[in-house]
Parts: sequence; structure tokens; C-alpha cells
Amino acid sequence: MSTTPTEQKLDVAPPYNAVARHGVSPEPSHDEVARFDFLANFNKFLSGALGPGNKLAYDRRVLPAFLKEHGREPQDRFEIRHAMNKDPFHKFWSALKRNSMEMRQQNGRSMVLRQIDELNARARQFNEGRDTLELNPEIDVPRYQSAVDIHCMPGSYHGEELPGDVSAGANYDCGIFATTAGGLGALSDGGGQALVEWIKKERPGWEPRRVLDIGTTVGHNIVPLALAFPNTEFIAIDTAAPILRYAHARAQSLGATNITFIQANAEDLSRWDDGTFDWVQTTMFLHETSGKALPRIIAEGYRVLADGGLMFHLEQPEYSDAMPLYEQFIRDWDAFNNNEPFWSSMHALDMKTVMVEAGFDRAELFESGVRAVVDTDIFPEAATGDDEDHGRAAYWHAYGAWKNSDQMQHAAE
Amino acid sequence: MAEENFDWMATANKKAKGKRPEYFDDPEDERMLSILMAVVGEVSVLRERMDTVERLLEAKGSINRADIESYTPDKQAAYERGAMIREYIYRVMRGPHQMVQELEQSEPPVEEVSRELKEI
Repeated sequence: MSTTPTEQKLDVAPPYNAVARHGVSPEPSHDEVARFDFLANFNKFLSGALGPGNKLAYDRRVLPAFLKEHGREPQDRFEIRHAMNKDPFHKFWSALKRNSMEMRQQNGRSMVLRQIDELNARARQFNEGRDTLELNPEIDVPRYQSAVDIHCMPGSYHGEELPGDVSAGANYDCGIFATTAGGLGALSDGGGQALVEWIKKERPGWEPRRVLDIGTTVGHNIVPLALAFPNTEFIAIDTAAPILRYAHARAQSLGATNITFIQANAEDLSRWDDGTFDWVQTTMFLHETSGKALPRIIAEGYRVLADGGLMFHLEQPEYSDAMPLYEQFIRDWDAFNNNEPFWSSMHALDMKTVMVEAGFDRAELFESGVRAVVDTDIFPEAATGDDEDHGRAAYWHAYGAWKNSDQMQHAAE
Repeated sequence: MAEENFDWMATANKKAKGKRPEYFDDPEDERMLSILMAVVGEVSVLRERMDTVERLLEAKGSINRADIESYTPDKQAAYERGAMIREYIYRVMRGPHQMVQELEQSEPPVEEVSRELKEI
């Protein structure tokens, strides 16, 4: 007999059972579901119930002590981080959060590796003999992908436990549920669904001929777009073969047969002519590159973008002077504690300047806010308030531009 | 095909590349917390399994392991289980949670209160 007060709607995570399955989904056992159920709710607790303690510790203890010691306010987010790393509350909260991430990786990997032969076999059925998957062993793993294992994923995106294996993709795909507490929806594709909603509203009736998705990982953000534009040709690139094998099989099983997954490094798009694409985009990818790679990627993206075409990047907001230093510090947590080493520097970059240096006219640039689109009947909408899990919440800023759209308009007039 | 000696259980434990941050003064405390948190998670798993068994028994009278493995909660059951996990997390996380309340209230140490009470 349950004693749960059902009339009271508590903020609980949806069950992992509610996640939709596709052709290469790992099949979770009862207890594997329960592990993710625990982690999803634990992450809600860490951001919601415990998270505000960090600001309290800062305001009540850390900042007053800093002022006393230095006779001035902290100059930047790094000074706040060094001071906060000595605070007992922040230390404990960080240790719990780091453990939650490590458990997510262990739990996801144990589920996936237990059935690795079965998953690899299923992926092969979708991959073998299809010309929509192009792997190229000549592509090196860039240093910004190999220096540390991003998100504390052992082996990162390119790790292989067995030859030809897809475990990196399967583990990445299943675990997004736990880290976002279901905030990205049934197929963890709330970002892709948001792209569809955004473009249909922004440019009704527009149908791009060719779209390039850079840093596609498991393709979860591009499949909804490919399904929404069935006559469009999609090219999705990534440097990691294991993740592409999984992404291709996943997309095929979901009916997105108009995406070609290609192992390529976006710093060199020379295989594509100038103006090949009508839409060049990334979703939460640029912070996983580097200071030299990012402008190269934007410049190459500009080159292969056709006049009148759209460049669109979904990212977390950059750290401007308008953003309080404490906010910058807490948003930086993942950079130093979740193996995302470029996160901090990337968000201090002025993306507008990077895009202008790539060739865009400053007047063409726009910024937009994009929220994950999910089935809110089952999955929670992303929080944007005080208990936002900075860096994980499914709400992005978009940096975009329509290339030479003004000139094209003038030419037409 | 996986080699016969492919030990997925050990492989699942692989360490991520990149020096792990240290949060506590004693490095052994890091290990102790990671063990403790794994156990906290596994107790939650046991509770959920027990909940599944109870719900299935209530509905069917007798069950087997396959019933447990294939059980999917309906919306109401899913919500109740979510609430159960939440309640459990609040119970085991009492200590850290009270740290937040202490920061909210910033109370004087009991020693100070004791001195005060002597005077009033």
C-alpha cells in the first residue's frame, strides 16, 4: 500500500523506463533502470536542494573572508574558484557531484558492456553495406579530444573496448538521461526538436538543400531535423569512429536515412566546395574544441556555407561583463570537475568577433534563446531559475547569422 | 566477438583519463565517499526492486524473475516510485542538506548560547 501523497506534485525525475528505444538502444535490466532512476533524482537533489548552498557559502563565508584577506573584491571567476575550493560546503557538494558523474559512467558502461556483442551485432545490421556511413582511419583524434576523457567518460568518444565497437556511443546516449534527469526528453533529442521548432517559426516554408552538422556525436540533435526535412541532404561529421557507427545505426533505425555520417575533422572541410551547404550548425559542441580549432571550424563553416545560408550554434551563454563573477564561477564547475577543459575559455570568448573574423558582417549576426522541446507530459521542462544545473540545463543561447542576406536582398531589389 | 576473457565488469570500472580533482584533505576520504555513494545508490536499487515485487504480487498473486525484469510502471506508479526515491535521498542526505540550512540561519555556536543562558 503506497503512502505517497499523490495529490502533491513533487519534482521527481521521470523513470528511465519512459525513455524511448531505438534499434541500438542497450536493453536495461530491472536494476540498471533503477540505477539511472536513482541518479536522475540524485542530480535533481544536488542542483535543487543542495545547489543553493554554494551561493550561501560564498555570500556568508567565502566573500567576507576574501575581502578581509585581500582588502578588495575578487577580480575574476578563478579567484572565486580558488577561494570556494577551500569551503567545506562547496568541497562536499563538488565531491558528491563528481561521484554522481562517475557513477553515471560506471552504471552506463556496465549496462552497455554486459551486452556489447549484441549491440555491436545490431549496429552492424544497420551499417554494413550502406553508403551513408563513411569512416576514415586517417582522421586523427585531435589533442582537444584526447587530452582528457571529456565528461569523465572512460575512453571518451573515440574509445573502443573491442574492434568495431559502438559502446562509446551507446554509453553516451543512455547516460544523458541520468545527467539531465530526463530534461532532454524521450530520445534525449530535445535540442534537435528545439532546432526544428525554431526554424519552422523563424523561416516558415524554407527547405535547405544541404545541411552540415559538426561534432554530431550520436546524432541525437540532427535526427529530428532530418526527419522534419526529409528531402534535404544531411552530412553529420565527427572525428570519432565508434560514436559514428552508433550514430548511423541509431539514425537509420529511427528512419532518418537522409543523413550521411562521415568521419572528418571540421578544421578541414576541403572535401566540400565553397557554398555547398545552406545550413551549417553545431549543438553544444564548440566548448569541446580548443582556442585554435574553434576559429578554424567557424572559418571553414563560413566557407562551405552558401549565400543566404544559415550558421547556427547552440551553446551556453558566454561570460560577459554583465554576468556576475559568482555566476561565471559556478558555470565553470564542469570545466574543472567534469573534464571539459576548454569550457571555461570558450565561454569567455566573444563568439560574435570570431564569426566576424570568419567573414560575417557584424550586422548579420543574431543571438537567440532556445529551450529543449520535450514531451512535458512525461519529461520535465528545463529549469532556468535558481536551481538550474549550470551547464546541464536544456536551455541554450544560439549564435547565428544568415550569410550575406543583406547583399542578397539588395541584389534582388 | 568479445573474447572469452573480456571482463565487462572490470572494464566498466575503467578510470577516465585526466587527473581526478581532490576535494578532501585526506585522499582516503575520496575513496570512502565513492564507496559510500555506490552503496547509497545500490540501496535505492534494492528498494525499487522491492517496490516492483510488491506491485506485481499485488496485481498477480504470484510472479517469476522475468516478470520483474519486464515490469514497466504506469504513470501513477512511476510518480510514486520517483517520490519514494526522492524521500530516500532526502533521508540519506540529511547531513549535507542541514549544512545548507545552517548557512541560511548562521546560528551562533551552542557554547556561545550556553554562556548567554548563564546570564539570563
